[in-house]
Amino acid sequence: MFLWATRQRKAGHHAPVTRLETTWRTTMSRHFISMVLLTTALTACGSPPKDLDLSLRHASTQGRYVVQVEPPAAYPAINQIHAWQVKLSSPDGTPIRDARIAVDGGMPQHGHGLPTRPQVTRELADGMYLMEGMKFSMTGWWEIKLAIQAANGSDTAVFNTVVGSPAARQ
Amino acid sequence: MRTLPPAEAPSVSGRGFAATLCLALVSAVFLLTGFTWADAWTAADKAVLASMTLDKLPPAPRDPSNAVAAVPAAAQFGKRLFEEVRFSRNREVSCASCHEPTRQFQDGLPVGKGVGTGSRRTMPIAGVAHGPWLFWDGRKDSLWSQALGPLEDSVEHGSNRTRIAKVLRAHYQPEYEALFGPMPDLAGLPDDAGPQGSAAEREAWQVMAAHRREHVNRVFANLGKAIAAYERTLTPGESRFDRYVRAVMARDRDGQQILSSQEVNGLRLFVGKAQCATCHNGPLLTDQHFHNTGVPARDPLRPDRGRAAATAKVLRDEFNCLGAFSDAGPGACQELRFMVTDDPALEGAFKTPSLRNVAQRAPYMHAGQIASLEGVVAHYARSPAAAVGHSELAHEGQGHTERKPIRLSESEVRDVAAFLQTLSGPIGVAE
Repeated sequence: MFLWATRQRKAGHHAPVTRLETTWRTTMSRHFISMVLLTTALTACGSPPKDLDLSLRHASTQGRYVVQVEPPAAYPAINQIHAWQVKLSSPDGTPIRDARIAVDGGMPQHGHGLPTRPQVTRELADGMYLMEGMKFSMTGWWEIKLAIQAANGSDTAVFNTVVGSPAARQ
Repeated sequence: MRTLPPAEAPSVSGRGFAATLCLALVSAVFLLTGFTWADAWTAADKAVLASMTLDKLPPAPRDPSNAVAAVPAAAQFGKRLFEEVRFSRNREVSCASCHEPTRQFQDGLPVGKGVGTGSRRTMPIAGVAHGPWLFWDGRKDSLWSQALGPLEDSVEHGSNRTRIAKVLRAHYQPEYEALFGPMPDLAGLPDDAGPQGSAAEREAWQVMAAHRREHVNRVFANLGKAIAAYERTLTPGESRFDRYVRAVMARDRDGQQILSSQEVNGLRLFVGKAQCATCHNGPLLTDQHFHNTGVPARDPLRPDRGRAAATAKVLRDEFNCLGAFSDAGPGACQELRFMVTDDPALEGAFKTPSLRNVAQRAPYMHAGQIASLEGVVAHYARSPAAAVGHSELAHEGQGHTERKPIRLSESEVRDVAAFLQTLSGPIGVAE
């Protein structure tokens, strides 16, 4: 955004200008800078951090497992209860069977937990687990925290997901 | 295979600083550019506003536990039952006594008054089919199960199951049987017996044969299902706020005049630093969840534990989604199966009410503790400590890491209260 703004101003710099254009440019330039400032400000106020790791597949905290979480193909509506899948393997890719996985989470920016108590209820296939009872009660940044107990030992994994507004999805 | 380091929690102090900075930046931008408030909705703002309009309200979710929830004949039958006084102990109280159809289906009293005086505020009904939990503490998991509670409550209808079943058989047998099949024979049963009533009523209930208790329970549950079918038809109607947002989306400057500048400022605070939209979000302006916001106890000697005391009740309720009288398969009862039961935040927590038509519903909070909307907004700006459990509102100098204290000037309190006046609309009622 800032980069784009810089290029725009450079492009205009060498062009011949009339008084009218100068006034217009000054107005637009002020308008543009304020919009950039405003966007930055509002982003800082309510949006998720920009450096948020949104990957749905990564190593567990201590590296004992590789964990992948999969939301439903059609993203659920706000307050609609639904299920995710969790895929668990060792770092070399071997599926991890018979794991016990506890689920926690919440909205760090609002200081509250998940509105439900999701559970990993069964193993659908080798290393593929069903995580039921997921629900997001509002738009924004949600954390999903898994506590894993399995053959390679105890470990945790944290995932971030940003739930969009219904308006943005349509 | 790509492996990434685990996500780290962003720096707390960094975000606190960012929040202060962002407010300063926003203010500076408006001062520098002379934007009018109505001009200043960003794309992100507009998305938030749009998500709060009635246009975005989906149809009420199916209730798999109630086979007649969407049957028009059940709704018509349910309306008559809703207005029926003969179920009550003194034959004077109906559901409509407290949920008055001409008053947003509530009574305007701090606490409900049936055959006696209750301990909580009568809740409005419009749009209620959208939430998974009923009552202020969510001790019921369906609208039909909720409708049964007051009938047996000693201070509401003050009635009991055999009395109710007999009244239903005497006055509504054809309507009942058209929906639910043959009504069981109730001859020889005591006039007053039930598991929630007086000692004599409980004893009379205990000595009834198990299959006859089951018959009465079935009739009782079906009564609730018909009332629920009626209540599902009650929906909030369009408000000035909805029309304003439509005008904003359409860039219709004239249309935006439907809200005053004070009301628009209140809306900006509502979705901004007043933090109302943290819980009051979506088209019904509720997250349908439970929060402790330090609302003063009605009786300081006996503070109400709210949600914390309700989860055990709904789990053992014979009329819950997993019970014998539910029409749902066990797989359908996900809200109950995955209910949060052990979170300390449930202590003293109450359901976020919808703010649709809120201006027509004084007094406020779960026991009518606050008389006016300005008083309510001032409560959040004051953020007192909770009588039981812990308020989730941040306080100055407290250890809350993510939420910032709600700071509002007196005029800002008035602006938010003014905005809340824009959420009123007609209630759709099935004929």
